[in-house]
Amino acid sequence: MRADTQGGGGGQSPLYAAAKKVYPQAVKGTFRNIRWAVLIITLGIYYLLPFVRWDRGPNAPDQAVLVDLPGRRFYFFWIEIWPQEVYYFTGLLIIAAMTLFLMNAIAGRVWCGYLCWQTVWTDLFYAVERLIEGDRRDRMKLDKNRWTGEWILEKVSKHTIWLLIAWWTGGAWVLYFADAPTLVKDLATGQAPFAAYMFIGILTFTTYVFAGFMREQVCIYMCPWPRIQAALTDEHALNVTYRYDRGEPRASVKQADKLRKAGEQVGDCIDCNQCVAVCPTGVDIRKGLQLGCIQCGLCIDACNTVMDKVGREGNLIAYDTDINIQRRMEGKEPVFKPIRARTMVYVVMIALVGALMTFTLATRSFEGLNVLHDRNPLYVQLSDGGVRNGYTIRILNKRTEERVFVLSVEGMPKGTTLQAVGITETAAGDPVIPIGPDQTRELRVLVNADSSANLGKSVPIAFRITDTGSGESVKTEDYFKGP
Amino acid sequence: MANHNKHIDEATGTETTGHEWDGLQELNTPLPRWWVMVFYATIIWAIGYTILMPAWPLVSSYTTGFLGASQRSQAIAAHNAAVESRSAAGSGLVDASLEEIQGNQGLLEFAMANGRAAFGDNCAPCHGTGATGAKGYPNLNDDAWLWGGSLDAIHTTIQHGIRGEDDDTRESPVAYAIGMQAWGDDGLLNEQQIRNVSNYVVSLSGGATESGADLEAGKTVFEENCAACHGEEGKGSQDLGAPNLTDKIWLYGGDVDTVVETVTHGRKGVMPAWSGRLDPVTIKSLAVYVHSLGGGV
Ligand code: SF4
Ligand code: SF4
Repeated sequence: MRADTQGGGGGQSPLYAAAKKVYPQAVKGTFRNIRWAVLIITLGIYYLLPFVRWDRGPNAPDQAVLVDLPGRRFYFFWIEIWPQEVYYFTGLLIIAAMTLFLMNAIAGRVWCGYLCWQTVWTDLFYAVERLIEGDRRDRMKLDKNRWTGEWILEKVSKHTIWLLIAWWTGGAWVLYFADAPTLVKDLATGQAPFAAYMFIGILTFTTYVFAGFMREQVCIYMCPWPRIQAALTDEHALNVTYRYDRGEPRASVKQADKLRKAGEQVGDCIDCNQCVAVCPTGVDIRKGLQLGCIQCGLCIDACNTVMDKVGREGNLIAYDTDINIQRRMEGKEPVFKPIRARTMVYVVMIALVGALMTFTLATRSFEGLNVLHDRNPLYVQLSDGGVRNGYTIRILNKRTEERVFVLSVEGMPKGTTLQAVGITETAAGDPVIPIGPDQTRELRVLVNADSSANLGKSVPIAFRITDTGSGESVKTEDYFKGP
Repeated sequence: MANHNKHIDEATGTETTGHEWDGLQELNTPLPRWWVMVFYATIIWAIGYTILMPAWPLVSSYTTGFLGASQRSQAIAAHNAAVESRSAAGSGLVDASLEEIQGNQGLLEFAMANGRAAFGDNCAPCHGTGATGAKGYPNLNDDAWLWGGSLDAIHTTIQHGIRGEDDDTRESPVAYAIGMQAWGDDGLLNEQQIRNVSNYVVSLSGGATESGADLEAGKTVFEENCAACHGEEGKGSQDLGAPNLTDKIWLYGGDVDTVVETVTHGRKGVMPAWSGRLDPVTIKSLAVYVHSLGGGV
């Protein structure tokens, strides 16, 4: 059943519409080349990145990019992120969102057209399809004659290759979560964890279905971004635009010649429908900007080829802004203003968050100290009239070798003693705490002030840990409570 | 039905449903087929699910489903798995001495966690969730330990209790009394003597004595009667569970009236023995945990 036919008896409306299959035609040109380049680069990164090694010394993994879930660490080249530092991801997300907004304010849905994984994998799947089944006409013909030898052979080989790509896609994903070469070996010998196989299965399935069958439907029905981006774009944003001021009214080459001779106004569009034929989402861009258009620019390439052939000026379809069409129709010069209040806000946000992240990353310490004051009781009185406060402290060693820290407390009067359970002490009575490579250690620490101290209700103090080897130290502030 | 007056929308060329609101007409845009398929699939899934899994309420029970899944059995299985893994982790504690546990990061962390949980279950009713105690129940965070605050002393106390029914329970090995003698009730001291000795005891720790109290007389009473357990200087004895009377910590209160009451009626604080009720690993964990709260000598 199709949307334009009546289904069922009695003229009932159809319950659903079968998706109209899109048979995009091959195209050559600038934007096609850009898309090839982006496809090769992005997929290259995705598939190969897990195999890039990065020497982090003896106790850490040698994988450049690794999400170590059991160890609760994230490794990205020289950066190692601990669970306490997930705010870096918040920063990354803000930057990503702002970049997306910026891209949108300058050039519309370039994300959709070039970088979105749905676009990239669909493009790859189309390339495979074209390689096996031929271009638009061949594919349409093929689909009309089902169950012939040729049909079976071509479909089987197409789906096999699709499945292989999808499977490799899922496989690459899990490699980010474990040592890639080892995991490849384990996967091959059937010894990898169940979760690995499960995720490969899920991603194989989704890649195969989304890139092979759902294609433009993901963009039109499932993806929220086209809806959001409509609110983010404005009349200054570059969008793939049919310059109707130049193209209309349409007329075939012959007819146009005739009409021109008769002194009538004719547009440049020869109504050859090439722009529609090449569109991967089946959009007719001449109807204006629409939800289905992912801004891939292929119609520009197609139309430019046509214009070349008929000897007219190119760029009848081009990246252009709404405001310029308007201006040209009014006989004014086109303008392009990438620097606007809106884009500047995005740029400043990106710069700010980026700078903040770089700063915190550069100055981040390799040790950490979290202090938690006992609440029950807040303090206890000691037999000599002194006061004791209990704390739970956690020390982080973010280096890959064992380190020994000395714990001390600042801001307490003379005569204060520190006790840590299970820990030896320096001559001065400060606890000496060894911590294994890349580990944390939780300790219970008692701070005893003697009776002569005469402290107030709440004394600001600070705990400090000092690496006995390198001398690095951090401190954390807290309070010492009294009666 | 709408099809009698079929209407095509001019702008889109799409048929309308025939519904109109204030001049706005609804386009009849059918759903994509895959969408409808997914919708049907969810219905089929739902039917299958209610057959296989517990789903429908009945009068006094519910359909259990053919797969026999139940949250209760899952919870029990999870609980058993947790118990098993805990006993595996705790096995390291069986042979290790208390000092070894304290010196080993892994064992210590396990013992602390295990001990904290066991404390909440068993000890908190008397000693409080923060182990701060109450009148008659010692505060375990401070540094005064009636029966000793070393790891071993705490361990022994938890195992055998104080003045309890356990054969090895800790009690004052004094022939005439379990706990502190009731000097007034038993007619061993008269009221004046009690008042004097109480004032003297309060003065030992620098507390406020009554005006006109005869501390010298009190001292004599003390030396003749109390020093046997509390020592000549009143510093107490952990072997006898006799409190140090010179410090600032009082189990029942350190003012003269409370001390008079204590001396008159005696005190017999009791703690149950846990060795029959808790397994040795839990008791060890408790000892380590309690010691970490404020363990001393
Ligand atoms: S209309 Fe043009 S830019 Fe838009 S998706 Fe189709 S081919 Fe790409
Ligand atoms: S390809 Fe160019 S000339 Fe052909 S129909 Fe599209 S806009 Fe018109």
